[in-house]
Amino acid sequence: MARNRTITLLTFGFVLCFSLLLSSSAFQSDELQDDEEFGLEGGRALDLDYVNPKKSPPLRKRSSSDQDSDSKVHFVLEHAFSDSDFSPAGTFTARLKTWSHGGQTLTKLRFSRSGFSETENEEFKKLLENDDFYRIRVPSNVLSPPGRDYIISSVKARCLPRETLDEHFVIHMEGVNILAVNYGSPGACQYPRPLKLPAKWSFNSHTVLKNSEQAPRAPAFVEETLVGENGEGEGIKPPEKSFWAKYWMYLIPLGLIVMNTVTQAMNMPEEQASGQASSQTQTAQQRPPGSAVRRR
Amino acid sequence: MAMVLRLSLLLTLLCYSLNPSFALYEDQVGLMDWHQQYIGKVNHVVFHTQKAGRKRVVVSTEENVIASLDLRRGDIFWRHVLGANETIDEMDIALGKYVITLSSGGTILRAWNLPDGQMVWESLLQGSIPSKKFLSVMMNFKKGKDNLIFAFGRGCLHAVSSIDGEVLWRKELSELTTESLEIQRVFQPADSDIVYAVGFDGSSQFHTYQFNAKTGELLKHSVAAFLGGFSGESSFVSDDILVMLDATGSHLVLISYQDGEINFHQTYISDLVPDCSGVARILPTQLTGIVALKTDSSAVFLRLIGGNKLEVVEKINYPTAFSDALSYSEGQKAFALIQHVGSRIQLTLKLDNDWNSNLLEESIEMDPQKGNVQKVFINNYIRTDRTYGFRALIVLEDHSLMLLQQGEIVWSREDGLASVIDVTTEELPLEKEGVSVAKVEHNLFEWLKGHILKLKGTLMLASPGDIVAIQAMRMKSSEKSKMTRDHNGFRKLLIVLTRAGKLFALHTGDGRVVWSLLLPSLRRSEACQYPTGINIYQWQVPHHHAMNENPSILVVGRCGLGSDAPGVLSFVDLYTGKELSSFNLAHSIAQVIPLPFTDSTEQRLHLLIDAGGRAHLYPRTLEVLKIFQSELPNTYWYSVEAEKDIIRGHALHSNCFLEETDEYCFSTRELWSIVFPSESEKIISTATRKLNEVVHTQAKVIADHDVTFKYISRNLLFVATVAPKGDCSVGSVTPEESWLVVYLIDTITGRILHRMTHLGSQGPVQAIISENWVVYHYFNLRAHRFEMSVIEIYDQSRADIKDVWKILLGKHNLTSPVSSYSRPEVVMKSQSYFFTHSVKTMAVTSTAKGITSKQLLIGTIGDQVLALDKRYLDPRRTINPTQAEKEEGIIPLTDALPIIPQSYVTHSLQVEGLRGILTVPAKLESTTLVFAYGVDLFFTRIAPSRTYDSLTEDFSYALLLITIVALIAAIFVTWVLSEKKELREKWR
Repeated sequence: MARNRTITLLTFGFVLCFSLLLSSSAFQSDELQDDEEFGLEGGRALDLDYVNPKKSPPLRKRSSSDQDSDSKVHFVLEHAFSDSDFSPAGTFTARLKTWSHGGQTLTKLRFSRSGFSETENEEFKKLLENDDFYRIRVPSNVLSPPGRDYIISSVKARCLPRETLDEHFVIHMEGVNILAVNYGSPGACQYPRPLKLPAKWSFNSHTVLKNSEQAPRAPAFVEETLVGENGEGEGIKPPEKSFWAKYWMYLIPLGLIVMNTVTQAMNMPEEQASGQASSQTQTAQQRPPGSAVRRR
Repeated sequence: MAMVLRLSLLLTLLCYSLNPSFALYEDQVGLMDWHQQYIGKVNHVVFHTQKAGRKRVVVSTEENVIASLDLRRGDIFWRHVLGANETIDEMDIALGKYVITLSSGGTILRAWNLPDGQMVWESLLQGSIPSKKFLSVMMNFKKGKDNLIFAFGRGCLHAVSSIDGEVLWRKELSELTTESLEIQRVFQPADSDIVYAVGFDGSSQFHTYQFNAKTGELLKHSVAAFLGGFSGESSFVSDDILVMLDATGSHLVLISYQDGEINFHQTYISDLVPDCSGVARILPTQLTGIVALKTDSSAVFLRLIGGNKLEVVEKINYPTAFSDALSYSEGQKAFALIQHVGSRIQLTLKLDNDWNSNLLEESIEMDPQKGNVQKVFINNYIRTDRTYGFRALIVLEDHSLMLLQQGEIVWSREDGLASVIDVTTEELPLEKEGVSVAKVEHNLFEWLKGHILKLKGTLMLASPGDIVAIQAMRMKSSEKSKMTRDHNGFRKLLIVLTRAGKLFALHTGDGRVVWSLLLPSLRRSEACQYPTGINIYQWQVPHHHAMNENPSILVVGRCGLGSDAPGVLSFVDLYTGKELSSFNLAHSIAQVIPLPFTDSTEQRLHLLIDAGGRAHLYPRTLEVLKIFQSELPNTYWYSVEAEKDIIRGHALHSNCFLEETDEYCFSTRELWSIVFPSESEKIISTATRKLNEVVHTQAKVIADHDVTFKYISRNLLFVATVAPKGDCSVGSVTPEESWLVVYLIDTITGRILHRMTHLGSQGPVQAIISENWVVYHYFNLRAHRFEMSVIEIYDQSRADIKDVWKILLGKHNLTSPVSSYSRPEVVMKSQSYFFTHSVKTMAVTSTAKGITSKQLLIGTIGDQVLALDKRYLDPRRTINPTQAEKEEGIIPLTDALPIIPQSYVTHSLQVEGLRGILTVPAKLESTTLVFAYGVDLFFTRIAPSRTYDSLTEDFSYALLLITIVALIAAIFVTWVLSEKKELREKWR
């Protein structure tokens, strides 16, 4: 069941997830969907091992969307090697939607990653050797960066290299504010971490925007009971069990008793037949076993 | 057949589980629980007047308690615990039968009936600005037997009738002046209708007012400016002369204000007292013609002569406490003073007009663990020989209260225990061999007698006298108060740190104090002006290596009020109750992290994070450093900056860069941060898992024989944020503009595992994390009810381990190390339920192996502890659970959580001012020890799934023995009979 679900998810991901090939050959970038639509430009499909995360239904309602206005927003991703200073490493581009009720949200997030320069390559190799942290940061407010403070996230550098350098961003948003960035490898990162150099020094990035999901309400009980009762009457009835499954615990002892009586009944005539032949000795011989039984 | 058995077993289990709460029988109360009532540190004392109930005293305390105590024994007659923000400012007695209290910043005036403590009336006093609070009851004003009460608070003077609390008139004094006015005294000369009020405003203006007592009409108001300014302390030498200190504290100012004419007269303190250094303070004694000054090392008494001159009467070195003046006979006032002489205290009573002779001089031996005397209250009584006797109520440094009379301590109350800061538990020492055997032999007859009594009780043959004997035997069974470890792990030491900086070791059997220690490092000293205790941690728990060592704890405190004040560490031996060592640290303590490593002497490693984000390793030995170096790259910590709404994660980096090299100090660096948008979210609550919690199994078999895996991580942090507007109390926001967002955060990587919004909800939020679930409590504005929600977290990455054979053969990844840097595949299940009560605190039961099902312990607003089965808070509850789900124990869905009256852990008792609940596993798997503390203390043990692994205490072993003996006898008899019968048959 769970396997099936995974497969459907995988195919789902396969169909929906594309990446954007940029003109520069030094780096490539992938772009991922936001919550509501996966508007994508052509590109190659993503690795299959990327599993689409469980997404929440969007909070906001699409009311009077004709009045909503869009504009483009950029914000910069910066990175740092161990304790070095932060330097630009890529740009996020998104459409800023302004809703009629005043709220603003980001959609269609796109990410263009700048590749490592030579010195950065060396620095990253050093991180891999020391099993040190690769750190990134983004502004906490996309409209007026850096907002109150930068959002920092980091990962052990050894978790990133696979074929390429695989990275995965989950950006938690609240309006135009970024709450947190979960940064790491898209899959598992085994421990102890082995030293492994990537085959290709380019990034393979996945990004996901996440908004808060709404909590389930406490059950409004009155209506649901009715629904539940009605529903139970029709469909949720437990499957009818077979006669044997229902009553086996009575049937087996019954069967045993029957078998017992049958064998006894079958033995009885024989005994009587043989018993008549030796009726003289029987009375004398029968007593000892009887007493033995009693003594026990 | 086995299947039938299993089924019936399941059915019985189901029967039990459907009714999981069980109550105590009436005669079981007090068998395994104890309850102690306290009042806290006493602030104000009112002795009863001669007429009404001389044997009682009414006190008010720092814990906002008003209590009436028995003067003979110190017991509580009645007691009221006011709310947390209802500080009692002043207390007095009116009409000889009412206690009047002014509380909540001078806004609420209440009268309590003296004999039974019922509230007679309550008046709300209005006022605009916070100011000094003042209460005075006029005894001499006769207006048809009504005593007028003058209450000053929030800048207003109120005259209140003491009969019904009606506000007769109200004068806004702050309107009359420009700055905030501090009224020093309101008084009314005998046989006059004029009320005088004197005070000064912020800087240097001195005011006197005269009011008509009946109407409140302002008759006269005079002001005079004094250039030096006032420092706020004053002493009334007579009805028209006031002595104050000027702003610099170097001059004494005599102010006479006869008939509205104000005169100032200054005197240098150093002229009067030549060797006085430092800042002097005026002691608020109300003696006629005498002012008391306190300097660093001495107290000086000055007498007023000739209208405006002062002279030194006496100088007393190293005094500690003074009482207020007590007018005990016509025109005479007495006051008490206490000095420490070695380990004894000396109580001296003096008369104000006859300074040379002492009215009373007593010397009393005092327990050094009680510290210095902080307050004295005196009272007089008439002895059998018609002379005056005096008794003194003293408050000591450890907040205990004592009554002294005739040179003896009449009673003493350990009221420091009303302000518990932190609690931990420790095992008792192992029983020495040979002790128990002798004891049993000695008591064999007693033992038999006891069991026969019990047997009688079981067979309902016992007379009422026997029942009383059984009850008494159960209550004082020496078993439970022994000072050794028991087999079931019920007997432990509760180590309690109180606000006074005192450690108590309480025995769980009967709650008695085994030892107490006033921590020398947490006492006020030159180096450490405001010492405060913060937490206690288990420092050394003897295990296999260091079996012969005594266990010890670490007490963490700081010298000052801010979090950047330098820290104090103190190590205390738990069996002897002695301080082993103590350190005044150079760095501050913002956070203490006990690490999961111990050194060869079983001392636990602790990381102390200072305010600058540096980590300091303790204990400071080379061995510890070696252990820690290998774990350095895997050590992470996080900090919640609640006022900035930022959560940051850190990792240790390298040694500190300080002037002097300190290899036990490590610098840290920031790894991740979560910044909540300040306009929409504000942190109000965080929760983490208990460090020592045991989880029995990660796998959970659900109804369809499927296995799910709990996501169990020690690094889980629950954070609740609300809309900034919804931070205040219920009713301040509309549902549309309030929301509650809950987060589950991995503290290593800063990953938000789950984020969920409750629209239309607000705090306060109480949360608890255990195993793989979080339960939190909040207020739903739309439904106008409190709600409790549950989130359960399941690990999907292990979902493919379904094959039992794989697990059996070890071909699974259950034992492989898990890295937090892997992307977690988790599934959340969540559900909300309505809950009737508001909640003060929450805890969860914990057992030794984690097998027993869990109960939530909810501290309700009524100061009781309610046990609620976790299965009621199961997100998988459905309206009509299938048969398989029913077998699993899933309860049909309801919208509200049931409150079963029998499931109150505290049964009929109240733990007044409940602040915290501690649960400790016993050795017996089924049982949890529960300690609830607030103003009161309560201890009991509970078994969430009943005591399935032991016989109950009243199990009659004698009955079992007799049955066995009877059966054996019966076997023999029947055997003999059958032999005989057989023989007869053979002879036939």
